[in-house]
Amino acid sequence: MKTAALKVTTPSERELVMTREFDAPRGMVFDALTKPELVQRWLLGPPGWTMPVCEIDLRVGGKYRYVWRNADGREMGMGGTFKEMVRPSRLAATESYDDHWTGGETLVTTELVETRGKTTVSTTVRYATREARDAALKMGATKGLEASYVRLDELLTA
Amino acid sequence: MKPTGYTLDATFAALADPTRRAILARLAAGDASVTELAEPFDMSQPAVSKHLKVLERAGLISRSRQAQRRPRRLEPRPLAEATDWIERYRRIWEGNYKRLDAVLQELKTKQKKTIDALLHEVKPKPNKKRRTR
Repeated sequence: MKTAALKVTTPSERELVMTREFDAPRGMVFDALTKPELVQRWLLGPPGWTMPVCEIDLRVGGKYRYVWRNADGREMGMGGTFKEMVRPSRLAATESYDDHWTGGETLVTTELVETRGKTTVSTTVRYATREARDAALKMGATKGLEASYVRLDELLTA
Repeated sequence: MKPTGYTLDATFAALADPTRRAILARLAAGDASVTELAEPFDMSQPAVSKHLKVLERAGLISRSRQAQRRPRRLEPRPLAEATDWIERYRRIWEGNYKRLDAVLQELKTKQKKTIDALLHEVKPKPNKKRRTR
């Protein structure tokens, strides 16, 4: 199956926008983005991580909490509060990691647009500062490496 | 060394060490031999060689065959790839979204089965009627 390419842009110094098309109607995509038992199956990040905790109270003012765990048992948690919730077209929520590396509140807005049975999801991540955005990009890179480091260690000590 | 699937990962691992980053910074200014590289770091040549080996495996440096001192040279391409954070971020999300594609496919299949089952439930009724007639 041909998959659409994911676009990542940085339209302003505090923002990061990701856009991707999915071959499913909007309501279904919205469910996959908001139902814990579905979110736990795909929002895993780099290889080697699982998502043992996924709690979502889907309403304005409701909170969500995610915790990921890697093969070494290391955990990373984050959570926030829903600011907007318009099923099945729009979501906005604050995002804060347990170790507070983003240096302030991050706002994540998700918009879903359906065309002929396919849904385009645009996610705008608005960081507190430019430094926070750059740190997040580096973190994305760093987090992606953890599993690789282990593989490399094995390789180098072999 | 041929580029392999783990090259980019190896590049990041190699970059995680401050001494190796300093070695790369030195090589960005020009080719240098092991002796020249060992000088500013207050390290033994074998220790530097070990770091160089990691950098070489990661494809970040190469050694020239011409001169006998075999100076090390910075390979710019993998370094550029490694510093392309956005690309890296994109990859992680592409991984997430590929899994999401699979979840959506499954939901579509389930929905179709539910619809088919409903249609199936509707169908036998006229048959029953016919039989009772």
